[in-house]
Amino acid sequence: MHHGNGGVYMQKLIADVFMRFFTDALICNQSDSAIINPGKGKIAYTTDSFVIEPLFFPGGNIGSLAVCGTLNDLAVSGAKPEYMSVGFIIEEGFKISDLIKIVRSMAIEAKKAGTRIVTGDTKVVNAGKCDQLFINTSGIGALNEKHIPLSSGKLVKPGDKILLNGPPGEHGMAILQARKLFSFKTNIISDCTNLYPLVKQILNRSGQVHFMRDATRGGVATVANEIARKCNVGVEIDETCIPVNREVAALCELLGFDPLYIANEGKVVVVVDAMDAERTLNGMRRVKSGKNAAIIGEITAGHPGKAVLKTHSGGKRIIDELLGDQLPRIC
Amino acid sequence: MSPEGLRFMDGYRDAVLIEKLAAQIHSLSRTPIRLMEVCGGHTAAIHKYGLKDFLPVTITLLSGPGCPVCVSSQKFVDQAIFLGGRRRVILATYGDLVRVPGSVSSLEKEKMRGADIRIVYSVLDAVKIAQRHPERQVVFLGIGFETTAPASAAAIVRAEEEKVDNFFLLSAHKIMPPALESLAGGDTRIDGFLAPGHVSAVTGTMIYRNLAHVYHRGVVVSGFEPADILQSVLLLVKQIESGHFQVENEYSRVVKKEGNPRAIAVMNGVFGLVDAEWRGLGTVRESGLAIKPELAHHDANVAFNIRVPDGQLPKGCICGDILTGRKIPSECPLFSVQCTPVNPIGACMVSSEGSCSVFYKYKT
Repeated sequence: MHHGNGGVYMQKLIADVFMRFFTDALICNQSDSAIINPGKGKIAYTTDSFVIEPLFFPGGNIGSLAVCGTLNDLAVSGAKPEYMSVGFIIEEGFKISDLIKIVRSMAIEAKKAGTRIVTGDTKVVNAGKCDQLFINTSGIGALNEKHIPLSSGKLVKPGDKILLNGPPGEHGMAILQARKLFSFKTNIISDCTNLYPLVKQILNRSGQVHFMRDATRGGVATVANEIARKCNVGVEIDETCIPVNREVAALCELLGFDPLYIANEGKVVVVVDAMDAERTLNGMRRVKSGKNAAIIGEITAGHPGKAVLKTHSGGKRIIDELLGDQLPRIC
Repeated sequence: MSPEGLRFMDGYRDAVLIEKLAAQIHSLSRTPIRLMEVCGGHTAAIHKYGLKDFLPVTITLLSGPGCPVCVSSQKFVDQAIFLGGRRRVILATYGDLVRVPGSVSSLEKEKMRGADIRIVYSVLDAVKIAQRHPERQVVFLGIGFETTAPASAAAIVRAEEEKVDNFFLLSAHKIMPPALESLAGGDTRIDGFLAPGHVSAVTGTMIYRNLAHVYHRGVVVSGFEPADILQSVLLLVKQIESGHFQVENEYSRVVKKEGNPRAIAVMNGVFGLVDAEWRGLGTVRESGLAIKPELAHHDANVAFNIRVPDGQLPKGCICGDILTGRKIPSECPLFSVQCTPVNPIGACMVSSEGSCSVFYKYKT
């Protein structure tokens, strides 16, 4: 608890952990504010908070997740991530060695992305007042005005194609596996990654990108419903075209889960004009996080406000809105 | 088809095969018939794969009482809530049951108020919880039919062997045949049954012989893939059109005529038959599984003085009629108005395999 009172112990924590890895000149000033010059034009500004159990999982940890999640919110808005803030709420007794691993991950991810972590904050709370560690971030990115409609979806129209950059469900199932609820093991790794390089490729390839959204909590199904509802169009997804991770699919079959609803941290749903769909797809496949990209569906004029799945077997069903957590089947 | 498709299931979901089966059904089905798909897993699969689109208008599919959550009585939920209110008790349960409304509350609401209610993937996890917390009393809520009952029985056996005296089962387990025969002898017209595949994997197929030979209904034990279900419908159409009723096993890759003798043995070693209340069917004689007297120290009904009044079902709720195929969800006055997946009034709307929940999602 002494580490949270602003005194000597706090200063030592900051020096030994945070300043060891966060080396940007602005954060090293340790002033109350970072003075930045975001440049001319509009900026995109996002915030997010990260609470996850367990903190470490195959493919990442809460730190790498916090950085990538923030970068991705900016990226899918069409912005180039430039600056981030980070805030930590740490439970008394949390292992310093774990905190070091997490902060190191954050620094590595931010550096890879070319994003500056310029300001931060730390609080330590009594045992039991938070679940080990919570992280809050905010992010700023430079936004080309022509990309502003990407978030609103107002350009989405019937005939547009829907693209997905890889198999859904890897992050959520990696987390489930990491909770050690089952005696069997899988090789599923979270897809947690910075999507900006992929988004940059997409936006360079096509001038007709009409919508983008990263498919985080609630999965691809939730984004499909959001598009249908927000843009008042029909969404049709072809189940045979969705990329599949065999292990994710097998684990979902066992438990009675639908991969379309499982959380992702490196998947983006992109809506483009049909004329640009193949070219955009080819561009996505040149980037690591898009190598398994596919055209998975299209926007239609039929059934506005509803998302529909054409199944493997040829039948159709509505892709429901997610109401509560998926629960494992009973029998 | 995606090159990463699961090889062991691809064949059963192949669109060409599905079309062929559908064409055969269309060509053979003449008489309007009503088929009950008993198992909640079938209800969910029919929805998930859009299989009703493939059937002719002569075939009506009715959902049956094979949804463990849907047929659990309101009193059982109230009993569970009563136990959850005891400070020493940890309630362990399978999934959807937490959302089922009791008379006044639900397990989900009680959990939000601080009751220690934990969702487990396996009943044996509940035994482990009891071992880790000897100062607490762990009560597992046993719902489901012959598929899940052997697992609950195995948990009791494990608790006995390892002297886990603080593990208890509150059993609402039921067996299928008495309920199915009650339906066959009732006033709902049912021409044939898609028999539950996973129940049959445990029990074998002989448990349905009365349906075929006494009640003269078609019976096909069905798997859960699209091809399984359509093949089973085709076999039922053939039986009913020919008037030659028997028990056929479409799910032979999983179900054997003799079932799973070990599972049956462990179930029979722990449970005896009692009359049981089924939501929708009322009391069905000798359809419930209760822990035998020699194992009563693990029976939550015996170990705890559970006092709950007989509850009343919400006014207007017709889950009972829906579970027995008398009515379809859209005929319920509460359906999609007051009773929705967000605010369920009846159990059929809560469970992901419940008829009302599936109907609500499927409507276009």
